[in-house]
Amino acid sequence: MAITMIKGQVGLTGNSAIAYAMKQINPDVCAAYPITPSTQVVEEFSSYVADGKVDTEFITVESEHSAMSACIGASAAGARVMTATSSQGLALMWEMLYIASGMRLPIVLTDVNRALSAPINIHCDHSDSMGARDSGWIQIYSETVQEAYDNLFQAVRIAENEKVLLPVMVCLDGFITSHAIENISLIVDDDIKQFIGEYKAQHPLLDTDHPVTYGAMTLPDTYIEFKRQQSEAIARAKDVVSEIGKEFGNRFGREYGLMEKYKLDDAEAAIVILSSAAGTTKVAVDELRKAGKKVGILRPRLFRPFPFEEIAGALKNVKAVAVLDRADSMSGFGGPLFNEIRSALYELEKRPKVVSRIFGLGGRDYMVKDAVQVFDELLGIFKTGKIETLMKYITL
Amino acid sequence: MATLKELSKRDELFSGGHRLCSGCGIPPIVRLVLRAANGPVVATTATGCLEVGTTIYPYTAWRIPWIHSAFENAAATISGIETAYRAFKKRGKIPQDKKIKFIAFGGDGGTYDIGLQALSGALERGHNFLYLCYDNGAYMNTGIQRSGATPFGAATTTSPAGDIIPGKRETRKDLTRIVVAHNISYVAQASPHNWADLSKKAEKALQADGPSFLNVISPCPLGWYSKPEESIEAAKVAVDTCYWVLYEVESGVLKINYKPKEKKPISEWLKMQARFKHLLKPENKESLDKLQKSIDAEWERLLGLDGKFV
Repeated sequence: MAITMIKGQVGLTGNSAIAYAMKQINPDVCAAYPITPSTQVVEEFSSYVADGKVDTEFITVESEHSAMSACIGASAAGARVMTATSSQGLALMWEMLYIASGMRLPIVLTDVNRALSAPINIHCDHSDSMGARDSGWIQIYSETVQEAYDNLFQAVRIAENEKVLLPVMVCLDGFITSHAIENISLIVDDDIKQFIGEYKAQHPLLDTDHPVTYGAMTLPDTYIEFKRQQSEAIARAKDVVSEIGKEFGNRFGREYGLMEKYKLDDAEAAIVILSSAAGTTKVAVDELRKAGKKVGILRPRLFRPFPFEEIAGALKNVKAVAVLDRADSMSGFGGPLFNEIRSALYELEKRPKVVSRIFGLGGRDYMVKDAVQVFDELLGIFKTGKIETLMKYITL
Repeated sequence: MATLKELSKRDELFSGGHRLCSGCGIPPIVRLVLRAANGPVVATTATGCLEVGTTIYPYTAWRIPWIHSAFENAAATISGIETAYRAFKKRGKIPQDKKIKFIAFGGDGGTYDIGLQALSGALERGHNFLYLCYDNGAYMNTGIQRSGATPFGAATTTSPAGDIIPGKRETRKDLTRIVVAHNISYVAQASPHNWADLSKKAEKALQADGPSFLNVISPCPLGWYSKPEESIEAAKVAVDTCYWVLYEVESGVLKINYKPKEKKPISEWLKMQARFKHLLKPENKESLDKLQKSIDAEWERLLGLDGKFV
């Protein structure tokens, strides 16, 4: 599609912005399969291929399992590789996600977050990417179209950083972000090229003069050492994400960190929430602040590796926290984000009270009034020191 | 076509010291095919005997770039590698005159069954690669479970010859025919006992324009309950009984490459393998007859197509 910029801004949906970012990255290989709501990424990228705007080789695979398998093959061959998917597609890739990270292949995947079946539902929640949270992929959650666009370039750098060499998943909310048009600033092609640089794989299969074996069988005498190295690599990614977020800010004026803190410094009550719903929550915070209530938001941007020390530091002075999960871990101790946050706070001398709220599953609207209600509850907890309901569903 | 002398002078790309069983059909097949490739080759292998037996870390039997990623996706994995090669060629990252060949190896479980979708997709997309299925007729790596390739009547650990059910009740899937239906330029069945036929077919397959497919019978002493020293003979008898027909489909034309002077009864093959022991008992004559009939029918079908456009 033709993209026209007006005063440095352009109106794009999240999917178009991702496809456009992929065009600017111009990877060697892209392998993808259509699935709502990420389909437009694949469609628009196909147009860029068909019109010669990129010279990427695009593989129209017959399933998401094969999409990730082809990405693994291409990445091991030495190529810069990208793909996009949602929901069942990510679930079908699940087996291969672990193999991509275990082989330390810097593949970049956009996950347009969508609920998992059953019942079938095409709308947003985070159950797909949360299901992959222990797959060894770096996970970055985007609040806006602009952030999703910016995150994709940073993802390439993070993945290919020699201290890391791991796949990265950039998440944005299905329909809410993927299909909403937002005015964003695009970066010019040459600057992107300079920022991401050339990728040179260390041990590509296509270097036939130096044959290597990928995917050997390991037994109990070596497997755990491989996993420990992988675990250390993803832990190292935290600082790399910070460094690259700063560098991005220096170059393009939009700096990104591990998390976003919104009016959190003096907050007595805070909501911790991922992605687009943080935007809605910000409106609630602004309203409540006008009424003199000290409320704020912590929006983790990086979920894997989980920056637990930084998060504990950010929440240490808050008295009551609600962690809002757009996914349920089905009788785990709260939602997946709650689980991490509450654990991160355990080492604090003065721990805030923390509650779990599951919201917005399958695209259920999360409104300003829902956030206000949660804040009211938190302020009650702050006042009485007592939690009435530790875990519950909201937006029902 | 390379002579045996020429083949013998080429580099051994599949080293000894691997852990495949004595009498296994896979190593001679792989060695011969890699010799026939005669030049840079990159391979992938589906999870299975070949993968497990050749790459127990930190050892590898592969003197070529090689990857294993999972069970059902050898064709998808090689699609990615071959596509990266084309991307690099286009971008000048690989010299234009450098030709690399691509091979995906899979057993019958990884090809007939769990990998069929990925295989079909890769064939339809037209990637330039050879898919080689070593067909030993069951999930041998996990301990001889029945697959879509297991012959009718065979006893496996999931289709045992019991008191009531005498082994596998279903006729095997005709994968070669399914692959032929993809209208790719070269498809063939081969056997390790006939090295000349196998290496010629490997050469043709690797020179084909687009995807090619070889289905190679691979004796398995462990799963066939046969004598390791008789493996190559067992492959030969499979061909002489017309259980495994050596034929090829080149640019759509079917050609039977070997017609036994005297077609042996299937019992000749069955008696070499204890997995069929029960079939040779008088009470299972009906099953034996059924197997013989299906082999005869397939042989007649192929004879009728010999030299014709299919």
